[in-house]
Amino acid sequence: MSDAITCNVPNFFLSCTGMKKIIVEKLKVLAESAKYDVSCSSSGITRAGKDGHIGSAHGWGICHSFTADGRCVSLLKIMLTNHCIYDCAYCINRRSNDLPRAAFTPDELVELTLEFYRRNYIEGLFLSSGVVRDPDYTMERMVRVVKELRTTHRYNGYIHMKSIPGASELLVREAGMYADRLSVNIEIPREENLKLLAPDKNHESVYSPMRYIHQGFLENAEDRRKFRKAPRWTPAGQSTQMIVGATPDTDSEILRLSTKLYNVQGMKRVYFSAFVPVNSYDTRLPALGSPPLVRENRLYQADWLMRFYGFGAGEIVDDLAPNLDLEIDPKLAWALRHPEFFPVDINRADYEAILRVPGIGVKSAQMIVAARRHSTITAATLKKIGVVMKKAQFFVECGQISGGMSQKSAVFGEAPPVFEGGILKKSDFSISTGSPTFSISSGRGLIGDMHPDLIRKLLTTKKPSRKGPHSDQMTILFPE
Amino acid sequence: MVVFRYDKTFEGLLTALFDAYFRRTFPDLLLGDGDSLPLFVTECHTVATDSEKSGRVWRALQKSLPDNVCNMLVMGWLSEEPGVDMMLMRYMRHAFSSPSGSSGGQNADSSRNGDSGKGGGRKAKTNSVATDFSNPDILRIKQLAQKVANEREHLMQFTRFQKSADAPDDTSGNGRSELCYAENESETAESISAGAGATYFAPVSPRYNALPLAIPYFRDRFRDQRWLIYDIKRRYGYYYDLQNVTEVTMDDDAHLLDGQLDEAMMAEDEKLFQELWRTYFHSMAIAERINPRLQRQHMPRRFWPLLTEKP
Ligand code: SF4
Repeated sequence: MSDAITCNVPNFFLSCTGMKKIIVEKLKVLAESAKYDVSCSSSGITRAGKDGHIGSAHGWGICHSFTADGRCVSLLKIMLTNHCIYDCAYCINRRSNDLPRAAFTPDELVELTLEFYRRNYIEGLFLSSGVVRDPDYTMERMVRVVKELRTTHRYNGYIHMKSIPGASELLVREAGMYADRLSVNIEIPREENLKLLAPDKNHESVYSPMRYIHQGFLENAEDRRKFRKAPRWTPAGQSTQMIVGATPDTDSEILRLSTKLYNVQGMKRVYFSAFVPVNSYDTRLPALGSPPLVRENRLYQADWLMRFYGFGAGEIVDDLAPNLDLEIDPKLAWALRHPEFFPVDINRADYEAILRVPGIGVKSAQMIVAARRHSTITAATLKKIGVVMKKAQFFVECGQISGGMSQKSAVFGEAPPVFEGGILKKSDFSISTGSPTFSISSGRGLIGDMHPDLIRKLLTTKKPSRKGPHSDQMTILFPE
Repeated sequence: MVVFRYDKTFEGLLTALFDAYFRRTFPDLLLGDGDSLPLFVTECHTVATDSEKSGRVWRALQKSLPDNVCNMLVMGWLSEEPGVDMMLMRYMRHAFSSPSGSSGGQNADSSRNGDSGKGGGRKAKTNSVATDFSNPDILRIKQLAQKVANEREHLMQFTRFQKSADAPDDTSGNGRSELCYAENESETAESISAGAGATYFAPVSPRYNALPLAIPYFRDRFRDQRWLIYDIKRRYGYYYDLQNVTEVTMDDDAHLLDGQLDEAMMAEDEKLFQELWRTYFHSMAIAERINPRLQRQHMPRRFWPLLTEKP
């Protein structure tokens, strides 16, 4: 330790060998402490590089690696310190936990960020911290890191900074001058549940910095309307996170709250984090065998539907069924609840209606509306475009080739469809002369003929073997 | 059977198309210089790559196709897929034979289909052959281009730099980074890099030849550091000297091909930061969520050997 004292100016990492081990140790401790925050995206802002500066920001954000749990590593997600005066039940860093504690100096963290960035390991920095002394003291040290990066080191890459609940408006404003994104985590949707688990916090301490951020963002937009050169303030907006499964809050509550956050607070992104039981001794927490990962995934799917597919929260969950179906994805669940909406005519229906078909994503839907201007779309084309026919077949209608179009294509030439199992038999497969084609819709609304439960069963039953003889060929199931 | 021989470059392909129009015969088969002829050749023409001719073809394409479709053709080419040259040739021919403004009827059709919001307002140019996905060439090129675009993205994600030791200022007379000894570097590049700082070196080995497409990203982001990105499979790379990016090939690149800088060439702190990164990477995984399949799905195994973090 003695030589560590002499390590104070610029290159800490090099000046003394004893220091190296300490740095590695610190990084390990502070990464372990930061990893439960799920948000890692570096999205929301595109910024070209500048001469004499290092870094750029890339619209959707780039994932530079994936850890063994399959999560994206985009930003250097790290805590300035994991010391904390608070005692939130769901958090590994709570005061009452006995775990190794460490703290980076702002300079150390600045250098670490830059060195990682220059090697293309990361897309930027995601800085958070335990609360030391009080929220403002903590926030001030964090602001020093981001300010140092931007000013002294001319760092032009992405910065996401946590705003500490209860921090003053002044510091939030200053942070926003350097950070691309600020976030305050709500963690628990219902306030009484939050207070139960995190007695030092309440919704006000979370919502007030959110309001500062939103206000700052709006004012900045206004300023930039007047003076185009006005510096940008948190250009990538704010995000937040909710823990799923630590409290009895329902999916309906979670999704309604996120809709509100998107609309009222101008939230760019709401993250869901499956509760990992890090403090199993705490009896206020549910005893979970493993984190509710499926539920987390369903919530993301629902969120996706609301943001890109034009679904409302009320369509996805309601008071009758306040939680998402874990067995099937929310889009399929919606489709099965609404047989009257189907079949959708691929060659005529609006883009929005096509988007609602299970098995068709945004990309496929766009290709469909572009391609159908040239010729009638057949099931074979759908498959080639990338539509998941296994799902879509129950919900679409695409015209038989009837004159008009005779674009000879190899698309379906290679193999006739295979009919699976003994449950169903083919009824409507036809090879017309010239172009091979087949029709899925038999003219009767399929879903009307087939009970939704049967479709659900067909889609959720696991295939016995993934390497069947015809695994790459299309499998089409037809009703009796 | 009509056969054209060409030099397997994109320029060569464009020249071949020029020749085909000029001769009014289109090849049934495209061969590279060394390939042996099949039986039953009725005619064999050898294309002499010509930048004037290829330029004319390219400009004509740019006129009749929107920019993103032209880019797509280049990306399709970079896929290096066997037979992609024939596909591209048919595609381009098809594009020339279906003039762009001729889709008035289809426009009307599209508004009936209710997607006028998507394409109706744009130039007639966008209503081009490029969206006719029932044509197998068009669909295939689009898919190949998508694969190449994904590979470009992977390069942006998974390329890892190693910092080399500073180039010595005085020894060996020129002071260029030892790493990059480009044969065709210009005088200016040399004078700028004299007395240079460290060069960041990154080995890559993409499945498709996507490196040229990723260079603008590196150029934009890492503009205050020298770097060399070297495709160890195709044995060429790009060197950035703080001013310009130059394509480089090296006489002797054996020391680069295993993807790991020799320790003697590494900057003093390089090993430490590699260790820090590995430590960080492994600490970030949450034990309760381990999911190697998901990891491989996002980060295919083939990239792992060159990743500093050694997943
Ligand atoms: S304030 Fe933050 S770091 Fe501290 S215990 Fe609560 S959640 Fe954990």
